[in-house]
Amino acid sequence: MKRNENREGIKGMVNPGRYGIERVSYWLMRITGLGLLAYLIGHIYETSSILNGKSVWDSMLQLTQTTQGHIILTLVIGMCVFHTVNGIRLMFAHGGIGVGKPTRPDYPYIPNSQNMKNKLCIYASIGVAALAMMYGLSVLFGE
Amino acid sequence: MAEEQSSTEVSSSKTITLRIAKSNPEHDSRSQFAEFKVPYERWTTVLDAILDVKKHLDHSVAVRYSCRQASCGSCGMKINGRPGLACFTKISELNSDVVTVEPMNNYPIVRDLVVDLEGMFDTHKKMKPFIINEESEVATNTREFLQTPGQVEEYIQFSNCIKCGLCNSACPTMATDSSFLGPQALTQAYRYVADNRDKGKNERLKIIDESHGIWRCHFAGSCSQVCPKGVDPAMGIQMLRGYLLGFKK
Repeated sequence: MKRNENREGIKGMVNPGRYGIERVSYWLMRITGLGLLAYLIGHIYETSSILNGKSVWDSMLQLTQTTQGHIILTLVIGMCVFHTVNGIRLMFAHGGIGVGKPTRPDYPYIPNSQNMKNKLCIYASIGVAALAMMYGLSVLFGE
Repeated sequence: MAEEQSSTEVSSSKTITLRIAKSNPEHDSRSQFAEFKVPYERWTTVLDAILDVKKHLDHSVAVRYSCRQASCGSCGMKINGRPGLACFTKISELNSDVVTVEPMNNYPIVRDLVVDLEGMFDTHKKMKPFIINEESEVATNTREFLQTPGQVEEYIQFSNCIKCGLCNSACPTMATDSSFLGPQALTQAYRYVADNRDKGKNERLKIIDESHGIWRCHFAGSCSQVCPKGVDPAMGIQMLRGYLLGFKK
């Protein structure tokens, strides 16, 4: 008999809001992680250009001084701040800290692990990342 | 009798479009949606609507159900894109004129809305879901283990699992990793690890401490969002990881 595994695959990343802010946070953590990895590779490529002489290094550095370069750097700031702040929350949560205490569940069964403290931390991570991006924009585009 | 029938018809004024995913992997791996207009009341569940279709419009719809009261865990399916128990989801709560039902993701489809839960039962058994204690053998001059209410509270929430499989269906790791143990099994491991009568903690921690084991959980929390019994698998898994990381003894 043929088996259709029906695995959701990468499509499962679409529409994270259907499972609440925690799934959005998971989605953002993944995206920012990949974004930071891409930045790291680009950064290594950029800085290694110094091996080809000062003129190559200067021209490479000019790329970050363009409008597109500033936008990319601002995104990197946002990704880095969100990934760090949310990562600290997850480091505690992964050790069972801040996920609530087991108790007899009562209808309508609001999960303790999705408590207000965790939600606030997620919103704070997004908020701090947004503030850092605004600061980055003001520095990069400011006079 | 005639009066009763007429009043039922009058009160069934509201209808929804029920879209049922139909597929038969034996013949074709593709899935098609069949649409039906179904009357509903404030109390009509998704399972009631499916059975209405099965009774009056298309008896070939394959659906698994048993208790109709969220106790057996048979009727898990994807309802408007989110896993849920069909018998525990009222149509009026969905706030939609179109209700789409599909088989749960991350399980092989048997037919239409029926999925094969064998993989989940296998990982569940792998967790040794029983008390491991040499002194638990029933013999003369023995009696039951006594526990304080506090000791019971440590695990009772996790023993409410009805093995419906919704948590595994919602899990984003299960969506891409076919070898992942899954939130259902990991939570059951915690249920026994947290039970002070059990002496099999090290055995179970060894089973889950592998590359496709507990470390693949990233605390997306979707398992807890969809659990119809308030088990909160996400909490159980993080607590269990606390043992491995040395935060808990």
